[in-house]
Amino acid sequence: MEHLELFFKAIFIDNMVFATFLGMCSYLAVSKKVSTAVGLGAAVIFVMAITVPLNWLLDQYILQEGALSWLGEEYAEYDLSFLSFIMFIATIATMVQLVEIIVEKFSPALYNSLGIFLPLIAVNCAILGGSLFMQSREIETLGLAFNYGVSSGIGWFLAILAIAAIREKIRYSNVPAPLRGLGITFIITGLMAIGFMSFGGMLTGGDEPEATEQPVEILEASVNSEVEIIDVEVTEEAIELVNNEKEIIE
Amino acid sequence: MGLLSKKDAKLITDPLFDNNPITIQVLGICSALAITADLKASIVMSIAVLFVLGLGNVVISLMRNIIPSKIRIIVQLIVVATLVIIVDIILKAFAYELSKTLSVFVGLIITNCIIMGRFEAFALANGPWKSFLDGIGNSLGYGAILVIVGFFRELLGSGTLLGIKVLGDPIEKTGVYAFGYENNGFMLLAPMALITLGIIIWVQRARNTSLIEN
Repeated sequence: MEHLELFFKAIFIDNMVFATFLGMCSYLAVSKKVSTAVGLGAAVIFVMAITVPLNWLLDQYILQEGALSWLGEEYAEYDLSFLSFIMFIATIATMVQLVEIIVEKFSPALYNSLGIFLPLIAVNCAILGGSLFMQSREIETLGLAFNYGVSSGIGWFLAILAIAAIREKIRYSNVPAPLRGLGITFIITGLMAIGFMSFGGMLTGGDEPEATEQPVEILEASVNSEVEIIDVEVTEEAIELVNNEKEIIE
Repeated sequence: MGLLSKKDAKLITDPLFDNNPITIQVLGICSALAITADLKASIVMSIAVLFVLGLGNVVISLMRNIIPSKIRIIVQLIVVATLVIIVDIILKAFAYELSKTLSVFVGLIITNCIIMGRFEAFALANGPWKSFLDGIGNSLGYGAILVIVGFFRELLGSGTLLGIKVLGDPIEKTGVYAFGYENNGFMLLAPMALITLGIIIWVQRARNTSLIEN
Protein backbone atom coordinates (compact mmCIF):
# COMPACT_ATOMS: atom_id res chain seq x y z
CA MET A 1 0.00 0.00 0.00
CA GLU A 2 2.82 2.35 0.93
CA HIS A 3 4.52 1.53 -2.38
CA LEU A 4 1.36 2.06 -4.39
CA GLU A 5 0.73 5.42 -2.73
CA LEU A 6 4.27 6.65 -3.43
CA PHE A 7 4.01 5.38 -7.00
CA PHE A 8 0.88 7.33 -7.87
CA LYS A 9 1.98 10.37 -5.86
CA ALA A 10 5.28 10.64 -7.74
CA ILE A 11 3.69 10.19 -11.15
CA PHE A 12 0.60 12.38 -10.89
CA ILE A 13 0.60 14.67 -7.86
CA ASP A 14 4.28 15.58 -7.61
CA ASN A 15 4.92 15.23 -11.32
CA MET A 16 8.50 16.30 -12.06
CA VAL A 17 7.55 18.64 -14.89
CA PHE A 18 4.14 19.97 -13.92
CA ALA A 19 4.52 20.41 -10.17
CA THR A 20 8.23 21.13 -9.68
CA PHE A 21 9.41 22.23 -13.15
CA LEU A 22 12.37 19.87 -13.17
CA GLY A 23 14.04 18.82 -16.39
CA MET A 24 12.40 21.67 -18.29
CA CYS A 25 15.44 22.34 -20.47
CA SER A 26 15.51 18.97 -22.15
CA TYR A 27 11.72 18.81 -21.95
CA LEU A 28 11.53 21.88 -24.19
CA ALA A 29 14.50 21.07 -26.39
CA VAL A 30 13.81 17.42 -27.22
CA SER A 31 10.02 17.44 -27.54
CA LYS A 32 9.71 18.31 -31.22
CA LYS A 33 9.23 14.67 -32.31
CA VAL A 34 7.49 11.81 -30.47
CA SER A 35 10.14 9.22 -31.33
CA THR A 36 13.06 11.19 -29.85
CA ALA A 37 10.93 12.11 -26.84
CA VAL A 38 10.30 8.41 -26.16
CA GLY A 39 14.04 7.72 -26.37
CA LEU A 40 14.95 10.43 -23.89
CA GLY A 41 12.07 9.53 -21.57
CA ALA A 42 13.16 5.89 -21.46
CA ALA A 43 16.74 6.93 -20.72
CA VAL A 44 15.56 9.13 -17.84
CA ILE A 45 13.53 6.31 -16.25
CA PHE A 46 16.52 4.01 -16.61
CA VAL A 47 19.06 6.38 -15.07
CA MET A 48 16.75 7.47 -12.24
CA ALA A 49 16.03 3.85 -11.33
CA ILE A 50 19.78 3.42 -10.76
CA THR A 51 20.86 6.74 -9.28
CA VAL A 52 18.11 7.36 -6.72
CA PRO A 53 18.65 4.09 -4.77
CA LEU A 54 22.42 4.52 -5.07
CA ASN A 55 22.26 8.03 -3.67
CA TRP A 56 19.90 6.76 -0.96
CA LEU A 57 22.63 4.33 0.16
CA LEU A 58 25.22 7.12 0.08
CA ASP A 59 22.95 9.39 2.09
CA GLN A 60 22.07 6.72 4.63
CA TYR A 61 25.53 5.28 5.26
CA ILE A 62 27.93 8.18 4.62
CA LEU A 63 26.35 11.63 4.49
CA GLN A 64 23.64 11.88 7.15
CA GLU A 65 24.33 13.00 10.66
CA GLY A 66 25.55 9.95 12.55
CA ALA A 67 25.55 7.84 9.39
CA LEU A 68 29.18 6.88 9.85
CA SER A 69 28.54 5.09 13.12
CA TRP A 70 29.01 1.73 11.37
CA LEU A 71 32.72 2.63 11.16
CA GLY A 72 33.04 2.77 14.92
CA GLU A 73 32.19 4.84 17.98
CA GLU A 74 34.48 7.77 17.23
CA TYR A 75 32.82 8.48 13.87
CA ALA A 76 29.27 8.53 15.23
CA GLU A 77 29.05 12.32 15.50
CA TYR A 78 30.19 13.26 12.01
CA ASP A 79 27.71 15.15 9.84
CA LEU A 80 28.78 15.22 6.20
CA SER A 81 25.46 16.34 4.74
CA PHE A 82 27.03 19.53 3.35
CA LEU A 83 28.84 17.28 0.87
CA SER A 84 25.64 15.81 -0.53
CA PHE A 85 25.46 18.03 -3.64
CA ILE A 86 28.93 17.12 -4.78
CA MET A 87 28.50 13.42 -3.95
CA PHE A 88 25.15 13.14 -5.69
CA ILE A 89 26.26 14.87 -8.86
CA ALA A 90 29.47 12.84 -9.00
CA THR A 91 27.46 9.63 -8.62
CA ILE A 92 25.09 10.70 -11.36
CA ALA A 93 27.85 11.72 -13.78
CA THR A 94 29.78 8.49 -13.23
CA MET A 95 26.68 6.31 -13.43
CA VAL A 96 25.64 7.93 -16.69
CA GLN A 97 29.07 7.28 -18.12
CA LEU A 98 29.03 3.70 -16.83
CA VAL A 99 25.55 3.02 -18.16
CA GLU A 100 26.65 4.36 -21.53
CA ILE A 101 29.61 1.97 -21.66
CA ILE A 102 27.59 -1.05 -20.52
CA VAL A 103 24.72 -0.42 -22.90
CA GLU A 104 27.13 0.09 -25.78
CA LYS A 105 28.81 -3.24 -25.04
CA PHE A 106 25.78 -5.44 -24.48
CA SER A 107 22.97 -3.90 -26.48
CA PRO A 108 24.13 -1.87 -29.47
CA ALA A 109 20.54 -1.51 -30.70
CA LEU A 110 19.44 0.18 -27.48
CA TYR A 111 22.63 2.23 -27.52
CA ASN A 112 21.83 3.53 -30.97
CA SER A 113 18.38 4.63 -29.94
CA LEU A 114 19.44 6.15 -26.60
CA GLY A 115 23.02 7.03 -27.58
CA ILE A 116 22.91 10.76 -28.09
CA PHE A 117 20.64 11.35 -25.11
CA LEU A 118 22.68 9.62 -22.44
CA PRO A 119 25.36 12.32 -22.01
CA LEU A 120 22.59 14.95 -21.92
CA ILE A 121 21.07 13.24 -18.94
CA ALA A 122 23.95 14.01 -16.58
CA VAL A 123 22.86 17.64 -16.56
CA ASN A 124 19.11 16.96 -16.51
CA CYS A 125 17.70 18.65 -13.43
CA ALA A 126 15.10 15.92 -13.03
CA ILE A 127 17.79 13.36 -12.16
CA LEU A 128 19.54 15.44 -9.51
CA GLY A 129 16.16 16.75 -8.36
CA GLY A 130 14.97 13.18 -7.81
CA SER A 131 17.91 12.49 -5.53
CA LEU A 132 17.55 15.78 -3.64
CA PHE A 133 13.81 15.28 -3.11
CA MET A 134 14.52 11.73 -1.97
CA GLN A 135 16.84 13.24 0.65
CA SER A 136 14.56 16.08 1.78
CA ARG A 137 11.45 13.88 1.97
CA GLU A 138 13.32 11.33 4.08
CA ILE A 139 12.30 8.22 2.19
CA GLU A 140 12.65 5.30 4.55
CA THR A 141 13.73 2.14 2.79
CA LEU A 142 15.85 1.18 -0.23
CA GLY A 143 12.78 -0.35 -1.88
CA LEU A 144 10.84 2.88 -1.58
CA ALA A 145 13.80 4.84 -2.95
CA PHE A 146 13.91 2.57 -6.00
CA ASN A 147 10.16 2.95 -6.38
CA TYR A 148 10.47 6.74 -6.14
CA GLY A 149 13.18 6.82 -8.81
CA VAL A 150 11.21 4.69 -11.25
CA SER A 151 7.89 6.44 -10.72
CA SER A 152 9.26 9.99 -10.99
CA GLY A 153 10.99 8.84 -14.17
CA ILE A 154 7.66 7.55 -15.49
CA GLY A 155 6.02 10.87 -14.59
CA TRP A 156 8.64 12.75 -16.58
CA PHE A 157 8.27 10.29 -19.46
CA LEU A 158 4.50 10.86 -19.56
CA ALA A 159 4.95 14.61 -19.60
CA ILE A 160 7.47 14.71 -22.44
CA LEU A 161 5.44 12.18 -24.45
CA ALA A 162 2.28 14.27 -24.11
CA ILE A 163 3.92 17.56 -25.05
CA ALA A 164 5.73 15.98 -28.03
CA ALA A 165 2.45 14.61 -29.37
CA ILE A 166 0.77 17.99 -28.96
CA ARG A 167 3.66 19.81 -30.63
CA GLU A 168 3.52 17.47 -33.62
CA LYS A 169 -0.15 18.33 -34.09
CA ILE A 170 0.16 22.03 -33.42
CA ARG A 171 2.45 22.46 -36.39
CA TYR A 172 -0.67 22.52 -38.56
CA SER A 173 -2.44 25.13 -36.47
CA ASN A 174 -2.45 28.87 -37.00
CA VAL A 175 -0.66 30.11 -33.89
CA PRO A 176 -0.06 33.91 -33.58
CA ALA A 177 3.42 34.49 -35.02
CA PRO A 178 5.21 35.78 -31.86
CA LEU A 179 3.94 32.81 -29.86
CA ARG A 180 5.13 30.18 -32.32
CA GLY A 181 7.59 27.63 -30.95
CA LEU A 182 8.63 28.38 -27.40
CA GLY A 183 5.79 30.67 -26.32
CA ILE A 184 2.91 28.36 -27.14
CA THR A 185 4.79 25.40 -25.64
CA PHE A 186 4.99 27.22 -22.32
CA ILE A 187 1.31 28.07 -22.36
CA ILE A 188 0.29 24.51 -23.27
CA THR A 189 2.50 23.17 -20.49
CA GLY A 190 0.78 25.58 -18.11
CA LEU A 191 -2.63 24.30 -19.19
CA MET A 192 -1.47 20.70 -18.80
CA ALA A 193 -0.21 21.55 -15.33
CA ILE A 194 -3.65 22.91 -14.42
CA GLY A 195 -5.07 19.58 -15.60
CA PHE A 196 -2.58 17.65 -13.49
CA MET A 197 -3.51 19.71 -10.42
CA SER A 198 -6.87 17.93 -10.42
CA PHE A 199 -5.01 14.76 -9.41
CA GLY A 200 -4.14 16.55 -6.15
CA GLY A 201 -7.16 15.20 -4.32
CA MET A 202 -6.52 11.64 -5.45
CA LEU A 203 -4.88 10.39 -2.25
CA THR A 204 -6.71 12.35 0.46
CA GLY A 205 -9.30 9.96 1.82
CA GLY A 206 -12.97 10.96 2.15
CA ASP A 207 -14.27 13.55 4.60
CA GLU A 208 -11.58 13.40 7.29
CA PRO A 209 -9.85 16.74 6.62
CA GLU A 210 -13.15 18.64 6.52
CA ALA A 211 -14.18 17.41 9.95
CA THR A 212 -11.07 18.92 11.56
CA GLU A 213 -11.06 22.15 9.55
CA GLN A 214 -14.62 23.24 10.20
CA PRO A 215 -14.53 24.01 13.92
CA VAL A 216 -11.28 25.97 13.49
CA GLU A 217 -12.89 28.26 10.94
CA ILE A 218 -16.01 28.84 13.01
CA LEU A 219 -13.93 29.51 16.09
CA GLU A 220 -11.62 31.94 14.32
CA ALA A 221 -14.58 33.84 12.93
CA SER A 222 -16.21 34.14 16.33
CA VAL A 223 -12.92 35.15 17.97
CA ASN A 224 -12.35 37.87 15.38
CA SER A 225 -15.80 39.38 15.79
CA GLU A 226 -16.29 39.15 19.55
CA VAL A 227 -13.05 39.22 21.54
CA GLU A 228 -9.94 40.50 19.83
CA ILE A 229 -7.49 40.48 22.73
CA ILE A 230 -7.18 36.72 23.25
CA ASP A 231 -3.65 35.28 23.23
CA VAL A 232 -2.67 32.96 20.41
CA GLU A 233 -1.97 30.17 22.89
CA VAL A 234 -5.42 30.46 24.36
CA THR A 235 -7.08 30.19 20.97
CA GLU A 236 -5.01 27.12 20.18
CA GLU A 237 -6.16 25.52 23.40
CA ALA A 238 -9.72 26.44 22.56
CA ILE A 239 -9.39 24.84 19.14
CA GLU A 240 -8.14 21.66 20.77
CA LEU A 241 -11.04 21.73 23.18
CA VAL A 242 -13.56 22.11 20.38
CA ASN A 243 -11.92 19.25 18.50
CA ASN A 244 -12.05 17.05 21.58
CA GLU A 245 -15.69 17.89 22.12
CA LYS A 246 -16.47 17.02 18.56
CA GLU A 247 -14.72 13.68 18.92
CA ILE A 248 -16.65 12.93 22.08
CA ILE A 249 -19.93 13.76 20.40
CA GLU A 250 -19.08 11.52 17.50
CA MET B 1 31.70 53.50 -20.62
CA GLY B 2 35.34 54.16 -20.04
CA LEU B 3 36.10 50.99 -18.18
CA LEU B 4 34.74 48.60 -20.77
CA SER B 5 35.40 48.57 -24.49
CA LYS B 6 32.35 48.48 -26.76
CA LYS B 7 32.80 44.78 -27.40
CA ASP B 8 33.00 43.99 -23.70
CA ALA B 9 29.91 46.05 -22.93
CA LYS B 10 28.04 44.08 -25.57
CA LEU B 11 28.86 40.89 -23.66
CA ILE B 12 26.82 42.24 -20.77
CA THR B 13 23.95 43.97 -22.57
CA ASP B 14 23.30 41.32 -25.23
CA PRO B 15 22.00 38.60 -22.89
CA LEU B 16 19.75 41.14 -21.19
CA PHE B 17 17.54 41.60 -24.25
CA ASP B 18 17.97 39.98 -27.63
CA ASN B 19 19.94 36.95 -26.55
CA ASN B 20 18.27 36.37 -23.20
CA PRO B 21 19.26 33.01 -21.71
CA ILE B 22 15.71 32.10 -20.70
CA THR B 23 13.49 33.38 -23.47
CA ILE B 24 15.84 32.94 -26.45
CA GLN B 25 18.51 30.38 -25.57
CA VAL B 26 15.97 28.29 -23.58
CA LEU B 27 18.45 27.61 -20.77
CA GLY B 28 17.97 27.55 -17.03
CA ILE B 29 14.21 27.24 -16.92
CA CYS B 30 14.33 24.28 -14.55
CA SER B 31 15.05 26.16 -11.36
CA ALA B 32 13.71 29.49 -12.61
CA LEU B 33 10.00 28.85 -12.36
CA ALA B 34 9.37 27.11 -9.09
CA ILE B 35 10.75 29.83 -6.84
CA THR B 36 9.15 32.86 -8.49
CA ALA B 37 6.01 32.86 -6.33
CA ASP B 38 7.44 35.85 -4.45
CA LEU B 39 9.87 38.58 -5.36
CA LYS B 40 12.34 38.07 -2.53
CA ALA B 41 13.09 34.47 -3.43
CA SER B 42 13.52 35.46 -7.08
CA ILE B 43 16.06 38.14 -6.17
CA VAL B 44 18.04 35.85 -3.89
CA MET B 45 18.04 33.13 -6.54
CA SER B 46 19.33 35.61 -9.13
CA ILE B 47 22.14 36.70 -6.82
CA ALA B 48 23.08 33.08 -6.17
CA VAL B 49 23.26 32.37 -9.90
CA LEU B 50 25.21 35.60 -10.47
CA PHE B 51 27.80 34.45 -7.95
CA VAL B 52 28.06 30.89 -9.25
CA LEU B 53 28.10 31.76 -12.94
CA GLY B 54 30.46 34.74 -12.63
CA LEU B 55 33.00 32.85 -10.57
CA GLY B 56 32.53 29.51 -12.31
CA ASN B 57 33.13 31.06 -15.72
CA VAL B 58 36.43 32.54 -14.48
CA VAL B 59 37.59 29.25 -12.94
CA ILE B 60 36.72 27.19 -16.02
CA SER B 61 38.30 29.78 -18.29
CA LEU B 62 41.54 29.68 -16.27
CA MET B 63 41.59 25.87 -16.44
CA ARG B 64 40.49 25.61 -20.07
CA ASN B 65 43.90 24.57 -21.37
CA ILE B 66 44.54 21.84 -18.81
CA ILE B 67 41.15 20.09 -18.75
CA PRO B 68 41.17 16.96 -20.94
CA SER B 69 38.12 17.31 -23.16
CA LYS B 70 36.87 13.77 -22.41
CA ILE B 71 36.24 14.40 -18.73
CA ARG B 72 35.36 18.09 -18.97
CA ILE B 73 31.71 17.56 -18.00
CA ILE B 74 32.69 16.01 -14.67
CA VAL B 75 35.28 18.72 -14.01
CA GLN B 76 32.68 21.40 -14.72
CA LEU B 77 30.13 19.71 -12.47
CA ILE B 78 32.62 19.56 -9.61
CA VAL B 79 33.48 23.26 -9.98
CA VAL B 80 29.78 24.23 -9.97
CA ALA B 81 28.95 21.90 -7.11
CA THR B 82 31.69 23.43 -4.95
CA LEU B 83 30.45 26.96 -5.63
CA VAL B 84 26.85 25.94 -4.96
CA ILE B 85 27.81 24.37 -1.64
CA ILE B 86 29.36 27.71 -0.65
CA VAL B 87 26.14 29.52 -1.59
CA ASP B 88 24.04 26.98 0.29
CA ILE B 89 26.09 27.27 3.48
CA ILE B 90 26.01 31.08 3.33
CA LEU B 91 22.23 31.05 2.85
CA LYS B 92 21.75 28.65 5.76
CA ALA B 93 23.87 30.85 7.99
CA PHE B 94 22.39 34.28 7.16
CA ALA B 95 18.92 33.66 5.74
CA TYR B 96 17.70 30.38 7.18
CA GLU B 97 13.99 30.96 6.51
CA LEU B 98 14.68 31.77 2.88
CA SER B 99 16.90 28.74 2.43
CA LYS B 100 13.93 26.63 3.60
CA THR B 101 11.69 28.21 0.93
CA LEU B 102 14.27 27.63 -1.78
CA SER B 103 14.84 24.06 -0.45
CA VAL B 104 16.28 21.80 -3.13
CA PHE B 105 16.34 24.53 -5.74
CA VAL B 106 19.63 25.90 -4.45
CA GLY B 107 21.15 22.48 -5.11
CA LEU B 108 19.57 22.45 -8.52
CA ILE B 109 21.69 25.43 -9.59
CA ILE B 110 24.29 22.71 -10.25
CA THR B 111 22.26 21.29 -13.09
CA ASN B 112 20.95 24.66 -14.20
CA CYS B 113 21.54 24.38 -17.93
CA ILE B 114 22.48 28.05 -18.08
CA ILE B 115 25.68 27.34 -16.20
CA MET B 116 26.80 24.32 -18.18
CA GLY B 117 25.67 26.03 -21.35
CA ARG B 118 27.83 29.11 -20.76
CA PHE B 119 30.82 26.98 -19.68
CA GLU B 120 30.62 24.95 -22.88
CA ALA B 121 29.78 27.80 -25.21
CA PHE B 122 31.95 30.57 -23.82
CA ALA B 123 34.33 29.92 -20.95
CA LEU B 124 36.10 27.03 -22.69
CA ALA B 125 37.03 29.27 -25.59
CA ASN B 126 37.69 32.70 -24.04
CA GLY B 127 39.93 34.41 -21.51
CA PRO B 128 38.97 34.95 -17.84
CA TRP B 129 37.96 38.64 -18.07
CA LYS B 130 35.64 38.11 -21.05
CA SER B 131 34.20 34.98 -19.43
CA PHE B 132 33.54 36.93 -16.25
CA LEU B 133 31.63 39.60 -18.19
CA ASP B 134 29.72 36.93 -20.09
CA GLY B 135 28.80 35.24 -16.81
CA ILE B 136 27.60 38.50 -15.30
CA GLY B 137 25.62 39.41 -18.41
CA ASN B 138 23.89 36.08 -18.65
CA SER B 139 22.99 35.86 -14.99
CA LEU B 140 21.61 39.42 -15.16
CA GLY B 141 19.47 38.38 -18.12
CA TYR B 142 18.32 35.35 -16.14
CA GLY B 143 17.67 37.50 -13.09
CA ALA B 144 15.68 40.04 -15.10
CA ILE B 145 13.16 37.41 -16.21
CA LEU B 146 12.97 35.94 -12.70
CA VAL B 147 12.28 39.35 -11.19
CA ILE B 148 9.61 40.20 -13.77
CA VAL B 149 7.80 36.88 -13.22
CA GLY B 150 8.21 37.17 -9.45
CA PHE B 151 6.91 40.75 -9.48
CA PHE B 152 3.67 39.90 -11.27
CA ARG B 153 3.07 36.67 -9.38
CA GLU B 154 3.52 38.25 -5.96
CA LEU B 155 1.60 41.42 -6.83
CA LEU B 156 -1.41 39.65 -8.33
CA GLY B 157 -1.24 36.56 -6.15
CA SER B 158 -0.81 37.94 -2.65
CA GLY B 159 -1.07 41.72 -3.20
CA THR B 160 2.38 42.34 -1.71
CA LEU B 161 5.85 43.22 -2.96
CA LEU B 162 8.83 41.97 -0.92
CA GLY B 163 6.29 41.29 1.84
CA ILE B 164 5.00 44.90 1.93
CA LYS B 165 1.27 45.27 1.38
CA VAL B 166 1.23 47.65 -1.58
CA LEU B 167 -2.41 47.15 -2.51
CA GLY B 168 -3.88 47.69 0.97
CA ASP B 169 -5.07 45.19 3.54
CA PRO B 170 -7.37 42.44 2.25
CA ILE B 171 -8.93 41.77 5.67
CA GLU B 172 -9.62 45.36 6.72
CA LYS B 173 -10.65 46.28 3.17
CA THR B 174 -8.33 49.24 2.62
CA GLY B 175 -6.67 50.41 -0.61
CA VAL B 176 -7.93 48.74 -3.78
CA TYR B 177 -9.67 46.07 -1.70
CA ALA B 178 -12.22 48.73 -0.71
CA PHE B 179 -13.44 48.65 -4.33
CA GLY B 180 -14.05 44.91 -4.26
CA TYR B 181 -10.63 43.78 -5.59
CA GLU B 182 -9.60 40.26 -4.63
CA ASN B 183 -6.21 38.52 -4.70
CA ASN B 184 -5.89 35.91 -7.40
CA GLY B 185 -4.49 32.97 -5.44
CA PHE B 186 -4.12 31.03 -8.66
CA MET B 187 -1.10 33.17 -9.55
CA LEU B 188 0.81 31.51 -6.73
CA LEU B 189 0.32 28.01 -8.13
CA ALA B 190 2.73 26.25 -10.44
CA PRO B 191 0.89 26.53 -13.80
CA MET B 192 0.73 30.33 -13.75
CA ALA B 193 4.54 30.59 -13.72
CA LEU B 194 4.60 28.83 -17.07
CA ILE B 195 1.80 30.95 -18.52
CA THR B 196 3.37 34.20 -17.27
CA LEU B 197 6.64 33.24 -18.92
CA GLY B 198 4.77 32.37 -22.12
CA ILE B 199 3.25 35.85 -22.12
CA ILE B 200 6.65 37.48 -21.54
CA ILE B 201 7.99 35.60 -24.56
CA TRP B 202 4.97 36.74 -26.56
CA VAL B 203 5.56 40.41 -25.68
CA GLN B 204 9.26 40.18 -26.39
CA ARG B 205 8.82 38.58 -29.80
CA ALA B 206 6.01 40.89 -30.77
CA ARG B 207 8.37 43.83 -30.17
CA ASN B 208 11.31 42.29 -32.01
CA THR B 209 9.91 40.33 -34.96
CA SER B 210 13.31 38.97 -36.01
CA LEU B 211 13.14 36.55 -33.05
CA ILE B 212 10.00 34.77 -34.30
CA GLU B 213 10.43 31.03 -34.91
CA ASN B 214 9.04 29.33 -38.00
